[in-house]
Amino acid sequence: MLFRTLAKAEFRKLVELLLAANEVVGPKRVGTNVRGEPLHQFLPVSAFDELALDYANTEFPPKTYFLPYREDLCSYRFGDDDWTQDIRYQVHPRVIVGMHACDINGLVKLDKVFTRDTFPSPYYLSRRKNTLIIGIDHLPGPKCFCRSVGADLVERGFDLFLSDLDTRYFVAIGSDRGFGLLQRVDAKAITDEDRADYLALRHRIADAFETHVDVQNLPSLLDIEFESKLWKKWGDKCLSCGACAMVCPTCYCYGVHERVSIDFRCGAKVKQLHSCNLLDFAMVAGNHNFRPTRESRLKYRYYHQHRGFVEAYDEPNCVGCNRCGHACLVGINPPDVIADLQAEERR
Amino acid sequence: MKYLRIEPRRPKVGIFDFTSCEGCELQLVNHEESLADFLACVEIVNFREASAARDDTYDIALVEGSISRADEVERLKSIRAKAKTLVAFGSCACFGGVNRLKNACDLVAANREVYGAHPKETLPVRAVKEIVPVDLEIPGCPVNKPEVERIVQHLMMDLPFQLPVYPVCVECKQRFTTCLYERGELCLGAISRAGCDAPCPAGGLGCWGCRGPALDANVEAFRSMVRERGFSQRELDERMSFFGGFEVRS
Repeated sequence: MLFRTLAKAEFRKLVELLLAANEVVGPKRVGTNVRGEPLHQFLPVSAFDELALDYANTEFPPKTYFLPYREDLCSYRFGDDDWTQDIRYQVHPRVIVGMHACDINGLVKLDKVFTRDTFPSPYYLSRRKNTLIIGIDHLPGPKCFCRSVGADLVERGFDLFLSDLDTRYFVAIGSDRGFGLLQRVDAKAITDEDRADYLALRHRIADAFETHVDVQNLPSLLDIEFESKLWKKWGDKCLSCGACAMVCPTCYCYGVHERVSIDFRCGAKVKQLHSCNLLDFAMVAGNHNFRPTRESRLKYRYYHQHRGFVEAYDEPNCVGCNRCGHACLVGINPPDVIADLQAEERR
Repeated sequence: MKYLRIEPRRPKVGIFDFTSCEGCELQLVNHEESLADFLACVEIVNFREASAARDDTYDIALVEGSISRADEVERLKSIRAKAKTLVAFGSCACFGGVNRLKNACDLVAANREVYGAHPKETLPVRAVKEIVPVDLEIPGCPVNKPEVERIVQHLMMDLPFQLPVYPVCVECKQRFTTCLYERGELCLGAISRAGCDAPCPAGGLGCWGCRGPALDANVEAFRSMVRERGFSQRELDERMSFFGGFEVRS
């Protein structure tokens, strides 16, 4: 990987260049919660100063810019005897500034799901390829556990990635597009001092994690604990509200329904993200439900994230952002659930 | 107007009001941009609030309101006898609605409080399904017109319609609304049936559960969560009783 440094004023100039020609999305402060902490969301910005690059986490994941909660897969027009279909993959180029490593790693996981194998998703691909990503390092919050799931560092999936060295940014270049972009501002070759400062920052970040989850052998532990009573304990708490999946940067399950205009002249196939915790997730013909209990639905959510996905892609589908744990009204969160299973195994 | 070479039915619809504010009926003539097309889908034969038409032959009866008098019981039964499909239209018809709050009071005292020296004949409030069989329920205070349009389309095509079974949280999150609990406010979204597209939380008001409970809502865990967050049992019970959709232990 290539590295450069960028003075803060030069970074501002870079964002302003991007703002002049593209939609730019970034972390924006949207209010304050009951504890007085700022709330942030990834939203379009029109000026550099609207970016809150020092945000801790956002309420919603940036995945929604790649996998929207709702999107029309295609539209139809009906005549009396025939119909025509219209499919649009084209999207406008977009820039997302300020994604944390965990969220970029979330996209890298989604890339594996949606851009490989026999049926890559053209909808995902067009958004992914037309989105320039500038990531940024941050000191982990008390509940961040991305380091435990190997998502605290990014090696790919972005164009530029910034680490704040107080007076300047240390910039990792992740694509030729990112390299080209740096040609338009005064980016400098890195010096020994830059390298030393960057490594010191990496250590400072690594040492700042307060939450640790032991995911070693987790897939086999999950197999052994498949019948554990603990699933009932957590399942009894679960509200089956789907909030966890909605705020997850990697959850991608969805349903498709049809929307027909009231004059019956046009329609659309609508894709809507769903959640495996919702009661009707596994409802099939004949009213049979494969996951009729909260306990089984919650369990399979953990199994997909930490076992099934590992089997398919050699890594968990969790990036340790703890948005699910934060959004869960009843306090179900991966560190506690996994620690509980591990404690059960030792009993 | 054919749809994929199928001629949809144009059902005859009668709209009837019982004890209610008639706001759900009003929704039928709302959503003006699609009103003409909506009215082309159905033949309205009885709609006191909006039309002079009076015809007692109808396929579908949309029944708004709860049932709170003896004469209403009789009228409802005669509508049921004529309608092929009877739809409980709005939360009053589905659960009793706000009117059901009356049932927690002494009826004589309530009558005196409201009507003073001119008491009216009254019964404990009941939902439509407590008196006659109901084929379809459309909850909401008021009903959501886009949802009503979808349901009418299903009726025209003789297709079964399924209300969302999951809670409001899904739709709230999909609108990027900050959780009301994050703002320290009470919200019934996690146990209430979605389908409204969560307008209240988006406007800053916690959900009051006007559409009743989500299917298999985890009310017990929800109650403990609310208690742990410092809301009183009374506040929660009041909120859950408001539209009559939830069973509240008194």
